[in-house]
Amino acid sequence: MILSETQVRYVADLANLRLTEDEVRRMAADLGEVLTHMEKLNELDTSAVEPMAQVLYQAEETATWREDRERPGLGSEVATANAPLAGAGFFKVPKVIER
Amino acid sequence: MTAPTEIPALTIAQVREGLAKRHFSAEELAREALAFAEAENPKTNAYLHFSPERAIAAARRVDEKLARGEDPGPLAGVPVAVKDVIVTQGVRSTAGSKLLANYIPPYDATAVIRLEQAGGVILGKANCDEFAMGSSNENSAFGPVRNPVDLERVPGGSSGGPAAAVAQGTAVVALGSDTGGSIRQPASFCGVVGVTPTYGRVSRYGLIAFASSLDHIGPFGRNVRDAATLLQAIAGRDELDSTSAFAPVPDYAALLNGAVRGTKIGLPREYFKGLASETGDLVTRGVEVLKRLGCEVREISLPHTDYAIGAYYIICTAEASSNLARFDGVRYTFRSADSATLSDMYRNTRGEGFGAECKRRIMLGTYVLSAGYYDAYYLKAQKVRHLIARDFSEAFREVDAIVTPVSPFPAFKLGEKLDDPLAMYLSDIYTITGDLAGIPCMSVPCGKTAGGLPVGMQILTKHFDEPGMFRLADAFEKAGGFGG
Repeated sequence: MILSETQVRYVADLANLRLTEDEVRRMAADLGEVLTHMEKLNELDTSAVEPMAQVLYQAEETATWREDRERPGLGSEVATANAPLAGAGFFKVPKVIER
Repeated sequence: MTAPTEIPALTIAQVREGLAKRHFSAEELAREALAFAEAENPKTNAYLHFSPERAIAAARRVDEKLARGEDPGPLAGVPVAVKDVIVTQGVRSTAGSKLLANYIPPYDATAVIRLEQAGGVILGKANCDEFAMGSSNENSAFGPVRNPVDLERVPGGSSGGPAAAVAQGTAVVALGSDTGGSIRQPASFCGVVGVTPTYGRVSRYGLIAFASSLDHIGPFGRNVRDAATLLQAIAGRDELDSTSAFAPVPDYAALLNGAVRGTKIGLPREYFKGLASETGDLVTRGVEVLKRLGCEVREISLPHTDYAIGAYYIICTAEASSNLARFDGVRYTFRSADSATLSDMYRNTRGEGFGAECKRRIMLGTYVLSAGYYDAYYLKAQKVRHLIARDFSEAFREVDAIVTPVSPFPAFKLGEKLDDPLAMYLSDIYTITGDLAGIPCMSVPCGKTAGGLPVGMQILTKHFDEPGMFRLADAFEKAGGFGG
């Protein structure tokens, strides 16, 4: 399977990932090779098989419910402490809406 | 006080005895262990950073309990390394990524809280592949880890730092994480014990997520008993992780009774075919040891093994592309310097912040989840995952445990496989199946190659049968004399 550089750019766009021209070329080759290996799965007839999304165990339907009680949160000062730019308890980002 | 020469070989039992007999206090041990680790670390780069204040505070709490005549806990005073994908409040947690180079978490992972409640002393945070993606620890943004057995070779990955620290003697035990073999493979490369418990056995609250349906936290030790003791301390239901299991946690160490005679062991033919190598010979010799212990060994089949790599790398990259979406320059420390618009800021931050392997997996995952491809890749992979899990449940109707190699080869040289991502993925063949099925599995040392490189043997049992797995590994370790 061969992935075109146009396809690579489209996927990078979906992933919000800026790639250099070098990376685009390299990615087209690397992804193509791995996707070719993945095509092996098509050898299997899975029409009667349920998908397995998670390893699940038997438990009461309500088992994962916890008591509904108030718990203190981190507070905005602590929660924003790792942000590259924050102020007044908010995360700051470049302007989104132009007037 | 213990002599520094003894530190690299300490076991949990020796720490317990030393404290009980007042040979040293927990604080004295913590200071010596830290000094030793800081002096030795430049050889391997196993630790990314140390946490002396936190270590001394934890050790003092142990000493205070001892002074009051209270039980200081099963890990009292034990020096521990914690993989840097597991968050520690107030102690930098980078996940091996430039994106989190300055991230100071505001909370502790549940496993961290529990190991400190049990008296454990965290010396520092251990190196790993970026966001736990890799099989050689060469994908860390802060430099690779070198294997203490041979400094020209990789320690394995992604938990290369924790494995190397335990092998080097700069920690007695360590916490790692495993999504496709990231505990067992480095354990086998470094010659230590590494355990991936049943999915859900240990809370992942505070584990920086890679692939949520596959991620596990698990222990490393220089012997089976130490690894079991650490797992004991961190296992059990946690309401902060809804996928953590309710099943009660048995007393693992008390069940290490050597009673393995009559244990039925399966050797999957798909794992041994074409394994004409020193690794294969050593695992085969390991199986002979199990036979001498009275185990009944038979060949079994896990027919869907050949499809595991494809299914695994679809599922894990899909989940990774979703989990890593949060690193966008808004909340987590790193932001690209010059971006006029919000959209550019996301793109540039991620383009500059992520390393090559993370980008590759984000791209693969985004591709397999993108419109028109979901059914062909992700849904198909989930169905194949079901077939692989069913192979195991059918095998466990016939046998009590399955024994396999951990890796097709021992530790390779730094840089040797870095340019061939598919070859690196294919080397995970023996370890990813246990993660896909969610069953407990571990690597236990089973000897060394002629060149002196450690080889691990993998033991897998059914869901929640950690006691059976540990009992077999412990009996094997004692019979083979391979332990630390």
